[in-house]
Amino acid sequence: MDTLKVSLLTGRTVNQGKWKELGKLSREYMESVAVCEMDPQDMRRVGLREGRNVKVTTRFGSVVVKAVKSKRGPHPGKVFIPYGPWSNIVVDPETDGTGMPSLKGVEATVEPTEEPVMSLEKILMRCYGGRSLGGEERTDA
Amino acid sequence: MRKVSAVVCPVCGCCCDDIEVIVDGNTIVDVVNACALGASKFLNYNKHRQRRPMVRKGGRLVETSLEEAVRRSAEILVEASYPILYGWSSTSCEAIRVGLELAEEVGGVIDNTSTICHGPSVLAVQDVGLSGCTLGQIRHRADLIIYWGCNPWSAHPRHMERYTALTEGRFQRSLWRRLLLRFYTDSMRKKMLRVAELSLIKRLLDRIKAGRAEEASYTLRREERKVVVVDVRRTRTADLADYFLRVEPGKDYEVLQALRALIRDEELDVDEVGGIPVESLEELADLMIGCRLGIIFFGVGLTMSEGKIRNIDAAISLTRDLNRYTKFLIMPMRGHFNVTGANIVSTWQTGYPYAVDFSQGYPRYNPGETSVVDILLRGDSDAALVIASDPVATFPRAAVKSLVENPLIVITPDVTPTSLMADVVLPSTFVGIETAGTTYRMDHVPLPLKGVVEPPEGCLPDEELLKMILREVRAIKGEAAASTALVKA
Repeated sequence: MDTLKVSLLTGRTVNQGKWKELGKLSREYMESVAVCEMDPQDMRRVGLREGRNVKVTTRFGSVVVKAVKSKRGPHPGKVFIPYGPWSNIVVDPETDGTGMPSLKGVEATVEPTEEPVMSLEKILMRCYGGRSLGGEERTDA
Repeated sequence: MRKVSAVVCPVCGCCCDDIEVIVDGNTIVDVVNACALGASKFLNYNKHRQRRPMVRKGGRLVETSLEEAVRRSAEILVEASYPILYGWSSTSCEAIRVGLELAEEVGGVIDNTSTICHGPSVLAVQDVGLSGCTLGQIRHRADLIIYWGCNPWSAHPRHMERYTALTEGRFQRSLWRRLLLRFYTDSMRKKMLRVAELSLIKRLLDRIKAGRAEEASYTLRREERKVVVVDVRRTRTADLADYFLRVEPGKDYEVLQALRALIRDEELDVDEVGGIPVESLEELADLMIGCRLGIIFFGVGLTMSEGKIRNIDAAISLTRDLNRYTKFLIMPMRGHFNVTGANIVSTWQTGYPYAVDFSQGYPRYNPGETSVVDILLRGDSDAALVIASDPVATFPRAAVKSLVENPLIVITPDVTPTSLMADVVLPSTFVGIETAGTTYRMDHVPLPLKGVVEPPEGCLPDEELLKMILREVRAIKGEAAASTALVKA
């Protein structure tokens, strides 16, 4: 399967802002932030179709999100994931002595995948695990 | 049914103060004048509510009494040798003031969300100053508005409508007629293009395409207010702009310095800088020098990408240089509704705007060392209190891992990823919806937040919860001091 080198950008979107106010555990929030906006040409290059899952990998980790065609293109070589627990897995925590991590312009690769998009609960348990959520026993690690 | 007018919106740094909230009984049923973000908050705030205090027992979060949750929180903070107290940007100035007192009492580090937002801007301002103003000045007088590394359409949806290009100022007109005309001609052109493509009339196709290139200059008449957007991708805000310059990610510093050189009439020996042709930069430099009052609104596109503090340093220096020729100003686009207030209250109480360390018994400030992400990455803290924020959803993975390894107290009105990982959860009220208070708009103008409905039973304001924890902390420390004195006697 083809892999594409890209620059990863993160940021706000209207839907991310709107649905975080509904609740970060809502389906709408997950659907608005667990996405990767890609240039249509880049999607064709790696054989990705709208709505298919894409694995975004940086040297800090990898995350599976849904690929969507960017309406803000053309911007070949750049992908965009809205702020949220999914993008946090792959951004650069280094602050360069400023207190501020590097959340934009992170070197990344993208590739199509059959792996599912993790739910927020799964992210909390798998990435930061060791605790149970909302009174439930943790079952997978 | 009653209507509450002149409500200040508790979402972004615009703090729009013309919101009307329609309340039926104790339920908000409608909201007028709010943007998508504001309306969503007013209409949905009660849907994922944290209603009861909780503590983690045997690995599970279980309901408890408020007294026990407050006692446990105080114990965690007293036992910790280097606790962090983080958040503060979505609560009132009154609560932040108590939080600072608590941080001093427990010898912890208090940091607000500007640390992962405009922290580098604060550092740059401390280095080179800031040529600032209120948003009213911009509304009435600015004839050149530059949005650099920010996308108000998505993050501050009413910024353009209330304060810049789309507002009718005393001396500057709104651009909405021009924009409507442009959208209309664009959509007509697209329709004609489709027809021409279908009918394969090549000559017509070429003429329409050529028309698009010629059209670009019609908006740039000298007497009209102009909008320029500089960003790494064509955002929705860029669609509204007269000029859009696409900069390569991480190359803002070079572009800003190139503009400084052009303004000093120096020649650049390159064809492009940061992906922008030098001719376009020259045109922008002319526009900047030629305006009567210009402003740069900059966002986290500058603070979060390569260069960070130096990007802001260069942007402020560019503004300073421009003031040799005309009047030019600069303002950060602050995110949360009271992140500016968090900086201000912290500054008047401690002398420093964020990342304040009380572990030595006096306030110490060294972002990069005393900022919360750095502390977490080093694994230095041994407990945390998070209020009015959700770092598990906003911090990089390595920092979150470190945060949840240690005892975690969360004061929150709603269920968040951070509250799910907490050891103690205290349910609070929504400031600006259920509790009154003071907030600071992005231009440092203080505004009163209203309480328009009553909170659910058992949910207390942040300020009150913090005061309860502070009292308990003092009581525990008093008990410890008394028992030590008894042993010595």
